[in-house]
Amino acid sequence: MIINHPLLGPRDSQEFTYLGDASLIDRPDWQAEDAVDRFYDYLYERENPAGEHRELWFHEQGDRSWLVVTRNTLTHEITNVELARDVARARGRGK
Amino acid sequence: MHNLAAITPLGGANAREDRIGGITIAEKPDRAMASLATRMGRDGDVAKAAKKLFGFALPEPGRMESKGDWAAFWTGPGQWMVTAPFVSHEDIAPIVKAGLGDAASITEQTDGWAQFDVDGSDVVDMLERLCPVPSRRMKAGDATRTSIEHLGCFVLCRVTGESFTVICPRSSAASMHHALSVAARSIA
Amino acid sequence: MSQINRISGGQIDRAKSLNFTFDGKSYQGHPGDTLASALLANGVRLMGRSFKYHRPRGLLSSGSEEPNALVELRTGARQEPNTRATVAELFDGLEAKSQNRWPSLAFDAMGVNDKLSPFLAAGFYYKTFMWPKAFWEKLYEPIIRRAAGLGSLSMEVDPDTYDKGFLHCDLLIIGAGPAGLAAALTAGRAGADVILADEDFALGGRLNAETFTLGDASGADWASATVAELANLPNVRLMPRTTILGAFDHGIYGALERVSDHVAVPASGKPRQTLWRIYTKRSLLCAGATERPIAFDNNDRPGIMLAGSLRAFANRWAAVPDRQVAIFTNNDDGHRTATDLLAKGVRVAAVIDTRADAPRMADCELLAGAEVIDCKGRLGLTSITVRLAGGQTRQIACGALGVSGGWNPNVHLTCHQRGIPVWNEALAAFVPGTNPVGMSVAGAANGTFSTAAALATGAEGAVRSLADLGFKAKAADLPPAEDAPVNLSPFWYVKGASRAWIDQQNDVTVKDVKLAHQEGYRSVEHLKRYTTLGMATDQGKTANMGGLAIMAEMTGKSIPETGTTIFRPPYTPVPIAAFAGRSAGADFRPVRLTPSHVWAAEQGAVFVEVGMWKRAQWFPKPGETHWRQSVDREVLATRQSVGICDVTTLGKIDVQGTDAAEFLNRIYANAFGKLAVGKVRYGLMLREDGMVMDDGTTARLAEDHFVTTTTTANAVSVYRHMEFCRQCLWPDLDVQIISTTEAWAQLSVAGPNARKLLQKIVDAEHDISNEAFPYMACGEITVCGGLRARLFRISFSGELAYEIAVPTRYGDGLIRAMVEAGREFDAVVYGTEALGVMRIEKGHAAGNELNGTTTALNLGMGGMVSKKKDSIGSTLSEREGLTRDDALNLVGFRPVDRSRAFVAGSHFINKGDAANAANDQGYMTSVAYSPNLGHTVGLGFLKNGANRKGEILRAVNPVANEEVEVEVVSAHFVDPEGERLRA
Repeated sequence: MIINHPLLGPRDSQEFTYLGDASLIDRPDWQAEDAVDRFYDYLYERENPAGEHRELWFHEQGDRSWLVVTRNTLTHEITNVELARDVARARGRGK
Repeated sequence: MHNLAAITPLGGANAREDRIGGITIAEKPDRAMASLATRMGRDGDVAKAAKKLFGFALPEPGRMESKGDWAAFWTGPGQWMVTAPFVSHEDIAPIVKAGLGDAASITEQTDGWAQFDVDGSDVVDMLERLCPVPSRRMKAGDATRTSIEHLGCFVLCRVTGESFTVICPRSSAASMHHALSVAARSIA
Repeated sequence: MSQINRISGGQIDRAKSLNFTFDGKSYQGHPGDTLASALLANGVRLMGRSFKYHRPRGLLSSGSEEPNALVELRTGARQEPNTRATVAELFDGLEAKSQNRWPSLAFDAMGVNDKLSPFLAAGFYYKTFMWPKAFWEKLYEPIIRRAAGLGSLSMEVDPDTYDKGFLHCDLLIIGAGPAGLAAALTAGRAGADVILADEDFALGGRLNAETFTLGDASGADWASATVAELANLPNVRLMPRTTILGAFDHGIYGALERVSDHVAVPASGKPRQTLWRIYTKRSLLCAGATERPIAFDNNDRPGIMLAGSLRAFANRWAAVPDRQVAIFTNNDDGHRTATDLLAKGVRVAAVIDTRADAPRMADCELLAGAEVIDCKGRLGLTSITVRLAGGQTRQIACGALGVSGGWNPNVHLTCHQRGIPVWNEALAAFVPGTNPVGMSVAGAANGTFSTAAALATGAEGAVRSLADLGFKAKAADLPPAEDAPVNLSPFWYVKGASRAWIDQQNDVTVKDVKLAHQEGYRSVEHLKRYTTLGMATDQGKTANMGGLAIMAEMTGKSIPETGTTIFRPPYTPVPIAAFAGRSAGADFRPVRLTPSHVWAAEQGAVFVEVGMWKRAQWFPKPGETHWRQSVDREVLATRQSVGICDVTTLGKIDVQGTDAAEFLNRIYANAFGKLAVGKVRYGLMLREDGMVMDDGTTARLAEDHFVTTTTTANAVSVYRHMEFCRQCLWPDLDVQIISTTEAWAQLSVAGPNARKLLQKIVDAEHDISNEAFPYMACGEITVCGGLRARLFRISFSGELAYEIAVPTRYGDGLIRAMVEAGREFDAVVYGTEALGVMRIEKGHAAGNELNGTTTALNLGMGGMVSKKKDSIGSTLSEREGLTRDDALNLVGFRPVDRSRAFVAGSHFINKGDAANAANDQGYMTSVAYSPNLGHTVGLGFLKNGANRKGEILRAVNPVANEEVEVEVVSAHFVDPEGERLRA
């Protein structure tokens, strides 16, 4: 596959390492009342969509950016690639 | 002056140079290198201080710049590798740190890597057998990280179509040299 | 002249002769020949034996679709089985052997299988060898494998090298027939980066096999003139002898280039073959079409071949299987073969056309509405039996029969991304349906069979593909060419035939397909697996349609309703060696060498692979004959005086930034905020699920600068994890990380004399006394007269110990200097084995204990998981299941009978209990012989182990059927109070 890196353009997916669902960005609050349940859901409860999937890829043999790649699991069509750091900030993550 | 002898990444007292067909493969231990990473929110300060220290603006993604003793290539968002002659800049990290102050994190990288200059009119044919980046389309000053023989490497284009530098992890210098040599022989 | 069936013309160089052998007999051919054409020219029709029935077989085709003529090429270590004679380019000295026959091709003892055919029908293996089950592996399978099968392996190491590479282009053109050449001309002239690949050594495709003219030139001449122009365009890369084997995601194609297959031995340094990965923006499939046969009884006899192949042999290679031939066809194209052969002076006894209204096209007898129903000549065709339109039969003598059932577009690559081909009624063939993104199809591959249409659609295809990329290309000016329509009446097999071969490679007959239907295997995928139709090296290129048509007829459905099997890569077989490329033998993967490697090798060190690293395992001294002698000596000398060990392989990550301490707080279970500058702290890293991920030490070099270490094995994954935390979880923390593992050569110095030794190395201005540089201190120092270095007072062995780091290029000098400085202390250099013994003696957890299933609590470090802060894994480490009272605890074990030894992996069982899983109390993780204690010691996880000291258990090893009584003790066998390391 080819991943169109937002900074470096098209790169062979062989240069990347796959992690999984981009929802791993949304790490729960450790001080929440039901923190254990929330962490359990965060870590183990995943959608397995037949279709569009947002997922985390690490450009390990490249610029070491984590990317959020929107990929269709049926066709492998990739419709969007973003820097994970930008996505994380947009989802309210900071310090 | 200390009394420890240095060896090259290939384990010799002197840098190795091989000529295979029209291609020269030369080990280059004579470049000092440090990484430069911008601290949070300090991009402007880094740009200014770097310009002053190196004499050029830090390069854009995928590019390398050089002037006088200094060269720099982009390695990641807000990150660069900076190189200078080893003989005059062996202790490169404090030198760069002095110029950048607390706007950037500087780490000595000189001996983390092995550098090979590969030159020759067929050098692109050789690189095509080693890495997925489009070396035939790379122009002088293009610099990128990619994978060669399962190793994360930097490939820098010094002269379009003719001169490149391959920078690989130092511990794998022998494997990289073998890969470069085999590829050179297969097109010789 | 021994080439009795060599005729005039052809694209062979008669000025030069090439000598070759087939089954030991010598023959001659010419440059331009394939092994197949040269054998035909020499009067050889019999080239192989079939897979199951050992039937005598000859050529069916002239191309890569060949199912029959599989040979073993070359001898000795270079012997290559299952090579299709049709694509083996002839070279001087070529040695080929037929396969699957004994004792000889003409008399094959296993030919008896043919007589037993009533018992060997489809599903025979499944039905016959059902029981007893135990017989299958030992008896049935070896016998079947010996009797059936294809070529044999030399069992020697392949002496040739194989290469890999990566290419990029705007437009990949697959196939260099008329469509591909027209496309390449159009795209090449427009300045696009073009790759034109073809599996043949001569570019031109069918233009080289036909007698059509293109304008004033012959097809072959036009092709070579076009190739000459393309060769002069710097933006066009011509790749003959290159098969595009698969279409992968996002415009990536795999290609196999046969660099040296056409020479006896590759030139020095040259690869035999190169596997290319081609990155394309667009591709144009111009792969042409493959002719399909018509099945009739005994249609597999040597001399019966596809009509288009018969004429290709005659026109391109000036070779015929016999001087008297006949043609059996259901379409106009079959008649072309008759015309061409007549022009070459070959006698054409008759054209048998299944169509009652067949046109007369060649100047020979036409039998319209007739069928070939059988034939004679076991080792080579002698005559055919024809059922005439009126029903009467007639024998016709001939030594070759050209058969044409029509042509199938080569849609294979269009299907590699799950594209489904669609049925074209007029062609009675499947044509491309949905193509992979970026791919278009032109020429015969798209069902446009005439030469004029191939040229035009090729040029148009290139213009359209390039328009997508912003190129304004102009279709190349093309010469006028034949534009005959396809006239065909579908005809798949002769009614009433039973031993009529559908798939010659797998010995599948019409009867087998019918049997499969009768037994309920009606889906095409079931049909394939039950009968093996369409499997093996040719993947049914000439067979699938016939099988499908018969199944359609049986089920009463149309062919498109019946379906088609899925084409998958590779298009033609690829040697495993090509996939391996350069990664073979000692170069299987890169190695990493430590800074002291040159020195260690000089000492005769024994090396062990640890991941990619080669580390010194021990350093044998003269007189030591067993590894234990060396290891015991290294351990004892270290604990008695001082030992040195290269520990560079531990991962080192430089962590800087104003939030660096906070970052470490979050990725380690224990706290780092209050670590003083100049101090080191042990850190325990958890995964989010609460399991231990890694451990290491972190040194604070400045307020905003740390160096953290990882285990050797986890260096890469820990770095990746840290980047994930930094970029995805806390993107606004001011922290920068970079690996410095290889930038520093790091040596451990351990033992009571460690400080004394170091004081001879470290420059005098740096005070490393116990007071000035206590346990867990660190600092930047200079050594050997001014070289920058780092010193860490940390201990893995439990001794007074330091780790000293210098820039890697000086690591070799440093170990030599340390060994020299250590002479007065009888210092040793120790390897990973002694390192392991000492850490087990000290009770330090390592990889065996940090095995991905253990928690901080299991390791006895539950107290380290801070509850006052958020860190990865801290929340889920509190899950009920991970904090139970009888959780596993890491404890030590020693044998009750001190002379006995036990092994890691043993499970603990209480005395008196049966040794089964229900009674499992835990397992042993690490075991070593302790030279200090004089007996075996072990570490292991035991249920509630922390409270079971003194208990006697059994360490059971069911694999070796052994058990040893062990006593539960503290994991700290040596210096439990830690006095030595603080000395």
